Amino acid sequence: MYEFVTGPLAWIAFSVFFFGLIWRFVWYIRGLNWQLDRVSYGHHTGYGVKGAARSIVSWLIPYGTHSWRFYSGFTLLVFVFHIGIIITPIFLLGHNLLLEERWGFRLPALPDPVADTLTVAMMIAALFIMLRRIALPEVRILTTFYDIALLLIVVTPFFTGFLAYHQIGDYSFWLIAHILSGEIMLIAVPLTKLSHALLFFLSRAQIGMDYGIKRGGMKSQGLPW
Amino acid sequence: MPEGILCNKTPVDTVEQLQALLADKSGKQYYEEMKLLDVDTPALWATIQKSLKSRLRTWLEICARCGMCADSCFFYLANDRDPTQVPSYKIQSTLGDMVRRKGKVDNAFMHYAMDTAWSRCTCCNRCGMYCPFGIDMGVMFSYLRGLLFSQGFVPWELKIGSGMHRIYRAQMDVTTDDWVETCGWMCEEYEEDWPGLEFPVDKPNADIIYTVNAREVKHYPEDLAEAAILFHLAGENWTVPSEGWEETSLAMFAGDWVGCKKQVESVYAAMERLKPKRMVVTECGHAYRATVIEGPYWAGLKTGQTPVESFHYVEWVAEALRTGKLKIDPAKRIKEPVTYQDSCNYIRNAGLRECAREIMSYIAEDFREMRPCGEHNFCCGGGGGLNGIGRYREQRNVGLKVKRDQILATGAKLVVSPCHNCWDAIRDLEEIYHIGIRWSFLKPLLLKMVIVPEHLRPEE
Repeated sequence: MYEFVTGPLAWIAFSVFFFGLIWRFVWYIRGLNWQLDRVSYGHHTGYGVKGAARSIVSWLIPYGTHSWRFYSGFTLLVFVFHIGIIITPIFLLGHNLLLEERWGFRLPALPDPVADTLTVAMMIAALFIMLRRIALPEVRILTTFYDIALLLIVVTPFFTGFLAYHQIGDYSFWLIAHILSGEIMLIAVPLTKLSHALLFFLSRAQIGMDYGIKRGGMKSQGLPW
Repeated sequence: MPEGILCNKTPVDTVEQLQALLADKSGKQYYEEMKLLDVDTPALWATIQKSLKSRLRTWLEICARCGMCADSCFFYLANDRDPTQVPSYKIQSTLGDMVRRKGKVDNAFMHYAMDTAWSRCTCCNRCGMYCPFGIDMGVMFSYLRGLLFSQGFVPWELKIGSGMHRIYRAQMDVTTDDWVETCGWMCEEYEEDWPGLEFPVDKPNADIIYTVNAREVKHYPEDLAEAAILFHLAGENWTVPSEGWEETSLAMFAGDWVGCKKQVESVYAAMERLKPKRMVVTECGHAYRATVIEGPYWAGLKTGQTPVESFHYVEWVAEALRTGKLKIDPAKRIKEPVTYQDSCNYIRNAGLRECAREIMSYIAEDFREMRPCGEHNFCCGGGGGLNGIGRYREQRNVGLKVKRDQILATGAKLVVSPCHNCWDAIRDLEEIYHIGIRWSFLKPLLLKMVIVPEHLRPEE
């Protein structure tokens, strides 16, 4: 089992992840249409780039926009959740040792207590994000089974990884569950709306160009996101 | 497939069709017929496949269902935080479902989509500023309106409005003769008080070509006179075109993209014909949005720019005050508290916030901002065509509460509103809620406080 999930399945998962995202990227860019979108992408490039950059950067900064500041509690959850998801697996010591063993290179690693904190914080944030979905009528009405399933798909690798690392319960079971759920997550990224991992940037760039080129960017300092 | 005599999938292109619709008071028969109107689902799906591209598909797909758009919507706030007013819910339950069902929707669905697209969204685009993914539901509702229009599910007034543009190249039945006569009449009416006043029609190579809203011609001709007087006082070399003078677009509110194209092309043709240095449009928000911001795309102009550089009236006023073409008598500035209604169409969606502030700094001593303001301001409550639709009067009136409370919080009794739609909405909110406010365009205010140069004063 271990050989299978770390061998062929890992290849499949990473291939789907990378090629899927490349396909998403190409599909998105090819689908942009200056006349239907009503944005002259090919002209006024300076304004377009500026608008896109402002649109992305403002939203990457915690509390960097009116909306992030308005929903201050939820914003905290969102950033803790996403920082945990991105930073922890990439800079985890265990993952990097594996990387070095298989590919001969590694990235700097987080001290274990930091990785633990990020993981636990991410899981707590996920719990509150889930509770918020149920508690607030304006979010409940939008919520579908799909949204909850995706949240579970994302949390499971962290949960199982945490148990495996701390050897709580049956180590080999949790380790395989961790690898498997991680691979499910990787596969889900391009195939579901987890694709926002990439599409966030493209969508934000597009609306930024829209405002930068067409909706006022040439006559103002830019939209105060 | 049954189509009504009045309510059908055919746009209004003849005077006969238009008169038949107008004769149907309040659209009574029209809406009865709509209840039986079939949906041409293959055509609907074909249109969606052709026009729903990666931007909109992505928006529909990746929406995180987080609800961060909720509080951005004035309808949500005005309706006691009704969850069905959350922008994401509104677009997912209409356009979203339509796409997921591959266009296989029925008459009841189309009624729901129409009511949502026109009475629960004014396409103010505020929600798009609050979505982490930049999902602009105003843009999507505008797109949905186009689909609904193509299937004949469009409010009666907007079917008429789009027909007016198709027939008269104006939102009202104002002909070229009516327009040119009104210009002449206004000039005669005021030239005694303003010696040398001109209303030049079709003057080639002028510095400014001035374009208007047909309502001014039909119902408020003094607005045209005020514009002429202010240009006269500022010493501008200006003109109006005999054809292509109308900037508004009820066709845009209706989702009639063919009508939109015809309308803006008439204005662009006037620019090409008269070769002015620049164009200035009257105090109307959606007119500017339609002709200057969106219009070039309808007309297929790849740079996204109008044939000559185009300015909203507030840009011209700000410039005239800045350069001293118009001088304000300090004694006559507005002394009382005054606030400014930021129009979604030329502030949020065209970046003219600072022009408005600059003007207020010249004309007002106690200017008070609404909260929020500028690009983040709330829609007046009547945008996107909603003011004019009888079927949705009640929903409109509830929505006005947000603007009412914003104005009340400033303590100002005077609202400067250089946008026809906002002006109407604020007038109506005073009629309904009696909060004791007055409202005004810029032109009458400026005329009261501008210094008239010696040589332009009437002889005693």
